Amino acid sequence: MSNEHSMRRVTAIRNGTVIDHIPQGQALAVLDMLGISDATSVPVSLVMNVPSKKMGNKDIIKVEDRELTQGELDRLALVAPDANVAIIRAYTVAEKMIINLGDEMVNVVRCTMSNCITANLREPLPHRMKVVSRDPLELRCHYCGRPQDLDKLVKNVI
Amino acid sequence: MENSRRVKLLIFKDNVHEFAALVVIGGKTVAGLITMDDLTNDEILKILEDADRLLPVARGELYLPLLQGRILGNLFFEPSTRTRMSFETAMKRLGGEVVNLGDVKTSSVVKGETLFDTIQMVDGYTDIIAMRHPRQGAAQYAQDSARVPILNGGDGAGHHPTQTMLDLFTIKQAHGKLDGLKVILAGDLRFGRTVHSLSHALTRFGCELIFASPEILKMPPEIVSDLKAHGGDITETEDLYSMMEDADVVYMTRIQKERFSDEDEYAKVAGAYKLHTNDLSDVKAGMIIMHPLPRVDEIHPSVDTTRHARYFEQAFNGVVARMALLCKLLGVEVPADVQKAGGAL
Repeated sequence: MSNEHSMRRVTAIRNGTVIDHIPQGQALAVLDMLGISDATSVPVSLVMNVPSKKMGNKDIIKVEDRELTQGELDRLALVAPDANVAIIRAYTVAEKMIINLGDEMVNVVRCTMSNCITANLREPLPHRMKVVSRDPLELRCHYCGRPQDLDKLVKNVI
Repeated sequence: MENSRRVKLLIFKDNVHEFAALVVIGGKTVAGLITMDDLTNDEILKILEDADRLLPVARGELYLPLLQGRILGNLFFEPSTRTRMSFETAMKRLGGEVVNLGDVKTSSVVKGETLFDTIQMVDGYTDIIAMRHPRQGAAQYAQDSARVPILNGGDGAGHHPTQTMLDLFTIKQAHGKLDGLKVILAGDLRFGRTVHSLSHALTRFGCELIFASPEILKMPPEIVSDLKAHGGDITETEDLYSMMEDADVVYMTRIQKERFSDEDEYAKVAGAYKLHTNDLSDVKAGMIIMHPLPRVDEIHPSVDTTRHARYFEQAFNGVVARMALLCKLLGVEVPADVQKAGGAL
């Protein structure tokens, strides 16, 4: 099945954001990281487990009437670093964006170590993760220095 | 003191304190000592030389008020004897003043004050802060919150760089050098923050390291991999005694009961190593035995009178090492001729 065909499983959106090439099974984590929940008023389409030439199977998300910012998209580096993001205006791709994993993730996830100073949620300074390596992804807490278990870390999304 | 802060707007969600939107990131921050990575090898050697010149001042033979008018804030959120007292002695020997947090149980911490708020307050009262905290990362957190330098006196099972400086001073005093030595670190390497900081520093000076510990108290794997990535020559073993023959330093540590949540687990490893004079018959003449203290029964008192025992000198060296560090972080140069600059008491 072609990529183009799979994209037609949901209707084209007029304005908004399309996030394509999300690793299979990660779409819900992506929604969570973007803060899109049942309280969100804009229409959201979710496509999971569709065939992809590039990656076997993939997930796709379309968020209508909302243009995600670069800062919001960069949060996705943890679960979908290779996702393609398009900003749609009047049914056409107005802008293509790349998820950019910087040197540090700020206020995206909390350290997984229970004895880290940031485990006290009343402490006001931001949660900071240093990117030690991109491939394979290795993150360490800026404060305690503990290398993070990525499976546990995605459960610590802020 | 340089105090410029760059404020940056960040994305944040509800469960982070509103303050998190306005934070200091990437701005010019004050240099403290949080981990040994904050010092280059040249800086370490310079501080050790300064410490050596300050010995007569630490012994009380000479008065040299280099830090007169300066105030040290001692923030010990966890029990400490040597570290707190040696910081206080170091500051007072150099003519400075000390204010103490006092007992945590009677301070505002017990009322639920955050570390951030405590630091905001103390940073206004003092010129430099020495801190110990039960949580890992607390020292870096305090440094990010403060306008004065922070000296990390131990953060949970994290780092203890001022202890490392006095350890390095003791090793250099005994062997005249830091490079190329064979050093055994024994005991609790998992929770023992002193050995975490020390192993990093010794690797940077090209020492061969032997980690001797019970299986459940092994050096954390991330530290071993970091040391190896920096060219560390590391051997891990449970057998301390067979490794001692050609060692230059044997660094013993206490198995820390307070770090175990399970008493049975503690009982299994308590007393894993007990160094006795009988174990010292085949060691090198110049080998030294160190211990950050307090000891329980890792070193038998009969060892105290051997030429190998250095742990009490090591504890004294905490004063000179911390004197040199206080001067360094407060930007005060230690005079080349201390005798000439100082006066009689």
